[in-house]
Amino acid sequence: MTELSIQLVNLFASFLLMLAFAMLAQRRVLTLINLYSLQGLTVVAATTVVAHMTHQEHLYYSAVLTLILKVFLIPWILHRLVKRLNVRWDVETLINIPSTMLVGIVLVVFAFNLALPISRLSSSVVPGTLGIALACVLLSFMMMIMRTKALPQVIGFLAMENALFFAATSATYGMPMVVELGIALDVLVGVFILGVFLFQIREQFESLDISHLENLKED
Amino acid sequence: MSPLVLVFISPLIGSAVLAFMGHHRNGRDINVAFSFLTFLASTFLTARVVAHGPMFALDKQFFIDSLNVFLVTLTALIGFTTSIFSRPYMRIEEERGKMTPNRMRLYFSMYQLFNGCMLLALTTNNMGILWVAMEAATLTTVLLVSVYRTPASLEAAWKYFILCGVGIAQALFGTILLYMAAQRVIGHGLNPLLWTNLNASKGHLNPVIMSLAFVFLLVGYGTKVGLAPLHNWLPDAHAEGPTPISAVLSGLLLNVALYAVIRCKVLTDGALRNHFAGHLMIGFGLLSVLVAAFSLLRQKDIKRMFSYSSIEHMGLMTFAFGIGGPIANFAGLLHMTVHALTKSAIFYAVGHAAQKAGSQMMDQIRGLIKISPTVGWGLMMGTLAILGMPPFGVFASEFLILTSAMRQLPWATPLLLLGLGVAFGAIFSRVQPMVFGETTVKRLPHPPALLPVFVHLGLALMLGLYIPTYLNTWFLQAARIIGG
Repeated sequence: MTELSIQLVNLFASFLLMLAFAMLAQRRVLTLINLYSLQGLTVVAATTVVAHMTHQEHLYYSAVLTLILKVFLIPWILHRLVKRLNVRWDVETLINIPSTMLVGIVLVVFAFNLALPISRLSSSVVPGTLGIALACVLLSFMMMIMRTKALPQVIGFLAMENALFFAATSATYGMPMVVELGIALDVLVGVFILGVFLFQIREQFESLDISHLENLKED
Repeated sequence: MSPLVLVFISPLIGSAVLAFMGHHRNGRDINVAFSFLTFLASTFLTARVVAHGPMFALDKQFFIDSLNVFLVTLTALIGFTTSIFSRPYMRIEEERGKMTPNRMRLYFSMYQLFNGCMLLALTTNNMGILWVAMEAATLTTVLLVSVYRTPASLEAAWKYFILCGVGIAQALFGTILLYMAAQRVIGHGLNPLLWTNLNASKGHLNPVIMSLAFVFLLVGYGTKVGLAPLHNWLPDAHAEGPTPISAVLSGLLLNVALYAVIRCKVLTDGALRNHFAGHLMIGFGLLSVLVAAFSLLRQKDIKRMFSYSSIEHMGLMTFAFGIGGPIANFAGLLHMTVHALTKSAIFYAVGHAAQKAGSQMMDQIRGLIKISPTVGWGLMMGTLAILGMPPFGVFASEFLILTSAMRQLPWATPLLLLGLGVAFGAIFSRVQPMVFGETTVKRLPHPPALLPVFVHLGLALMLGLYIPTYLNTWFLQAARIIGG
């Protein structure tokens, strides 16, 4: 039973990593949102398995919270944003996807090496997952740097938060409930603020291209 | 009701009330009233801590000791004086059409909420809540920076949000690692995220996990401190937001982020028993001083210039805490206090000066002393104080930092002196013609609030000449807590 659970968590972890790569290479905004919601669902599944395995009741609550927030509510807000901003069919020109992927692989190797000494020490049931979580954080970070449009940048930010949540669940069986509630609240409020921002940016710059936001310079 | 509870309740209620009343004629007075209430509560809290020593509250979720009690008072004081400065400043901005009633409501409401978040971050004992409060503070200030809705302010706010969002995510990863290290040590029934519990058993925390955790925490919270090379958001956010917000960003937010770093350093030092954390902080601190000093040379916008000066001073403090030991820690704490007071005073004077000239560009602000001597003198005195001229407090703290650097890191002293010298030349040569010189500036429609400027400068002057006994005791106790 436990053996199966460990395998399942590892499976979900690798699934997360795959989704992180998929998001890195995805050009279309709508697909990006769907990938984000799928990522949320994977995190929920992993959390539920860990909760079942370790009999940590509060993990069930955080799984439910994540399900509501990151699988339904935030993707729904994002879909509405896409509709109202009328960027539904936007396709981003990404330069050189293959080399992006290669850099991504280097990041994964780096993250694994960084987390290796800790994974060895970890008393957690699933030691390898911390490296994967860190790799997902770095990949989302890279996605935020590479993108030139505002909305994919926001999704990169949210994906990073998902990876962090997965790190907390798999390495420490979740943070205390009050902290997790606080983080969830911050993320939700953050999405609302960013949503409002997107409208204002478009109003001011007549575009959601971040490359317009480069007027503030040193001189 | 305990004063600690009142310290949070007051800004929270204030925020809710001002969300409805902020556009009203009395909105700015209500803002001052709530800030005054918070300040009053914080002085009661201080009196209690002075009388009875460190205290816990609410099931140990809150913890006040010598390290954070003076920061609580400082935060509440600057929150209060900035609210006084906001009164005429925001009124003028409203009459010039830069603020609409809705924006006024947003401004005042977020101002109070920001103060509440800062105070929560300072007093909480829970490292997770500390993170939540810092992130919430980011969110409120993002709204404050973008309040004018100009393209430049939107750009600054977006940059601020994305950079600090990424930074603070690193801090969350660090907190997770910290929690992981703590879980292995701290037994059941005790909350492993409480700083006091962590501090009690810091010697047993796993050094491998803690060193990695500290790197993430330093990078994360360091982004908010404005340490180079993660400082890019800071000048934009300072320059494009309303000036009262520049004052509280420099005076409060940077301090609170540094406070978070210090709390983490204490734990890391205990776990590693070496100078790893200190060396990292020395490196980041020194780099920030130098990068900021040389960036100062290229500035044309007055608020941008003083925000680079903030980066320089935060680097200096980080450097001091990195050296560690009683004297350097004492100097760092003193520098935190006097920098916050002086820099916010400068921003008050700068705010009115820029309003008079109708521009933040330094070559358009000329001859302040002729049209309004008080603003001119305020800016001049503030500049001299921040540049470390005796007898102001910054001189005392910089002197202590330099002497402890000379004793423990002789190679760093010339670099620090170079940074301070370049900053002196860059800032003084620009402020001098702004204060003296031929005037082009106009009178303001409302009398500026200059009381806060001179109160702050007076306090900074006092701290340079004489540190009251109780403050001295706090600093010494806090320096001992930080150790190193």
